[in-house]
Amino acid sequence: MSEETLKVRIKYAKTGVLKYIGHLDLMRFFQKAVKRAELDIAYSQGFSPHQLMSFAAPLALGVTSEGEYFDAQFNSLISSDEFVRRLNEQMVDGIYVKDVILLPEKAKKAMALVAASDYIISFKGNSNDSLFTKGVSNDDSDNASVKLPDDSNIKKWDRLLDAVPHLLEKETIEVFRKTKKNEKVEDIKKGIYKLEVRDNNIYMFLATGSEYNLKPESVIEALCNETGIDYNKFDYGIHRIETYYKNDEGKLVSLLETGTRIV
Amino acid sequence: MDRLALSDEILMSIEKPARYIGNEVNMVRKNPDEVDIRFVMCFPDVYEIGMSHLGIQILYDTFNRRDDVYCERVYSPWPDLDKIMRERSIPLFSLETQSPIKDFDFLGITLQYEMCYTNILQILELSNIPIYAKDRSLEDPIVFGGGPCSYNPEPIADFFDVFYIGEGETRYDDVFDLYKQMRADGLSREDMLHKISQIPGMYVPLMYDCTYNEDGTLASFYPLYDDVPKNVTKEVVMDFNEVHYPEKPLVPYIQVTQDRVTLEIMRGCIRGCRFCQAGMIYRPTRQKDVKLIEDYALKMISSTGHEEISLSSLSSSDYECLKEFTYFLIDEMGKCHVNISLPSLRIDAFSLDVMKKVQDVKKSSLTFAPEAGTQRLRDVINKGLTENVILNGAMQAFRGGWNKVKFYFMLGLPTETMEDAEGIPALCERVAEAYYDIPKEQRNGKISITASSSFFVPKPFTPFQWAAMLDPDTYIERAHHVKDTFRKQLNAKSLRYTYHESYVSVLEGVFARGDRRLSKVIFDAYKSGCIFDAWTDFFDNDKWMAAFEKNGIVKEFYTTRERSEDELFPWDFIDIGVTKKFLLSEWKKAKQEIVTPNCREKCSGCGAAKFGGGVCFERGKSSTDNI
Repeated sequence: MSEETLKVRIKYAKTGVLKYIGHLDLMRFFQKAVKRAELDIAYSQGFSPHQLMSFAAPLALGVTSEGEYFDAQFNSLISSDEFVRRLNEQMVDGIYVKDVILLPEKAKKAMALVAASDYIISFKGNSNDSLFTKGVSNDDSDNASVKLPDDSNIKKWDRLLDAVPHLLEKETIEVFRKTKKNEKVEDIKKGIYKLEVRDNNIYMFLATGSEYNLKPESVIEALCNETGIDYNKFDYGIHRIETYYKNDEGKLVSLLETGTRIV
Repeated sequence: MDRLALSDEILMSIEKPARYIGNEVNMVRKNPDEVDIRFVMCFPDVYEIGMSHLGIQILYDTFNRRDDVYCERVYSPWPDLDKIMRERSIPLFSLETQSPIKDFDFLGITLQYEMCYTNILQILELSNIPIYAKDRSLEDPIVFGGGPCSYNPEPIADFFDVFYIGEGETRYDDVFDLYKQMRADGLSREDMLHKISQIPGMYVPLMYDCTYNEDGTLASFYPLYDDVPKNVTKEVVMDFNEVHYPEKPLVPYIQVTQDRVTLEIMRGCIRGCRFCQAGMIYRPTRQKDVKLIEDYALKMISSTGHEEISLSSLSSSDYECLKEFTYFLIDEMGKCHVNISLPSLRIDAFSLDVMKKVQDVKKSSLTFAPEAGTQRLRDVINKGLTENVILNGAMQAFRGGWNKVKFYFMLGLPTETMEDAEGIPALCERVAEAYYDIPKEQRNGKISITASSSFFVPKPFTPFQWAAMLDPDTYIERAHHVKDTFRKQLNAKSLRYTYHESYVSVLEGVFARGDRRLSKVIFDAYKSGCIFDAWTDFFDNDKWMAAFEKNGIVKEFYTTRERSEDELFPWDFIDIGVTKKFLLSEWKKAKQEIVTPNCREKCSGCGAAKFGGGVCFERGKSSTDNI
């Protein structure tokens, strides 16, 4: 990062239909938004200059979040409130900027800092989340696909919730982990910092980042293994609440604490 | 968040779910219950292709300016979703409100190329709209077609209720006002179409019939009622500077083929190249006022945040204020880090200066489109690019640091001989040799020349509409010979040659000058699985040939048959301004290798002046600056 520019960290939420937009496309979306908002973003040198922007921990497709971050460098800055307001004017339904902080000069990149994330997992198995999947179409024949509300789905979720308090009592929690080369059984217990039921949903606080990266899907899978339920990824809604780093005292703290608001 | 048409499960199991969710920057939001007319615009190909099309952006913007109209969009579902939709009976839906297409008052389908015809049937079938227009009822939207292929709409006439011939900015207000009145009066579908047929520029196939001669040529084409016009005159925007232009174009999330601001600077072309349909159907040539487009450029960049801007016109070098405009763009766009993409400009000192400023010379290529390998053949096609001009331009560029050249050619042009074909490698070789004539210190490494040739397809409303298309075997033979000749050149290592395969071009040749009897072929081909024919991964020639055979249609009747001068064409009922008489005289001049000057050099009375504007009425300017 160049020394003349001002480094900031931006926190944003990605919800609604934006969950279907992949990481790279999201970056391009923000690049255009920053231009439309007339924010004084810095560009790289050379023949095809690009905006100096980098994202923290990429969010998988299909996952929503209220605690995402990206870093960017600016030539000049306005107050955090004004910055957030101007950038939010350029947002679409489902995505909004929550805050922006100024980073110290020698600040580490977000991607290098990320150490943990917490999530809320909800049950989607019964939800009528679209207009046409319950056979609501012009075709009344038996061929129309229908997913009937199913008591057995609700019982499935209850069983998973019941298994939550007991999972961390086990000595090892084993799931299949697919790597590029092979598939192997792995113990994911060390990656689970917290796991509890909250309001009929499952809350998890997991390791994220380059040192150890545990996906919430793996934990759900482990719970399914415990209860003998077949894991179907489409039954579960995953929502990231916040992204964390390890501060100087070794405590896991929100990335928002890495800098200061601009007044 | 409003609900989507597709479930999370479906969206997460198909490629690029962003194709189907809408919600893009600058998407128009209205309450469908608060408008009188719901219109859905369709580009019958996948989202990324459709979103790059300027025409839909223009009409989307124009229609949505009316408070009583809500215009939405739909594109062809990719085969992965198409399969799921059929299995689960999910109706095709619009992007903005995720509503079933069948709920709309109008479905407008743009026809940019013949190979999208089977996708049209996909759109209709997935929407549960009867594929054949005659089977539709008041429950179904009125299906409109528009765009270049509507200048010979006959092969697909059976599938459309109306074709809007010409530029879409002019007549839709009349259509909408009339439609509202007709609905209020409770007219039947047929009566509504009958009335629409009386609006200028509208062609309603159901109001016409045709008969054929023994030899298969068209015998007659006539309206079924006295109050339906015998001819349909194309619509042209004559107040080109007053017409709307989208200042807030839609910005897709995913990368589309043209991921940038497209600014239209001119319509029509003064050059009169004889193979070119666009140059004829968009006459008279009209330019946008330079201050206007400077203003648009800034507005569109600021409303989209795009990082690239490109100009749209047939022959940008003929835009009279090009110099002023280009330098304006370089200044202004440079300030906001926006790249400029220039369509192939004529290679001269000005364009080289500009290209140096906007491109990395080491990475970009110089483009020439001689189209033919010998001056004789270039005179036949009226492409005024001489070898001297090419060499001079190339040499200037080489000294400026360029070392990559691209040449575009065609094979199968009328009167073409093997000698003409051999002219292609010969020309490329001479350019390579000229490069190496430059002292080593003044040039930039090795030269790389790429030449490609496509298979010429004669198009309606061109002087070559009478020409016989070359048969594919001879085309391939010629292409092979050209390739061999390339290998024998002195600088063969610096030359690369590719040629388009023939199957798709042959089909284009059939449909370009086809008639109503082909609709059954298209229907059968679609039913047998043909779709996304413009995509090499999906195009299946065997299925198409089977469809032709099943219907007893010999495709050579449409392709390799030279037309007689007095033949009635299926598209003759359309008046584009340029007269058949003019095109015929051009056809004769072509065969005599006589060149026709461009519109600014001398008016040749093509007929476009009947629209009362454009270049035809520019005060007698000499265009020596532009040559």
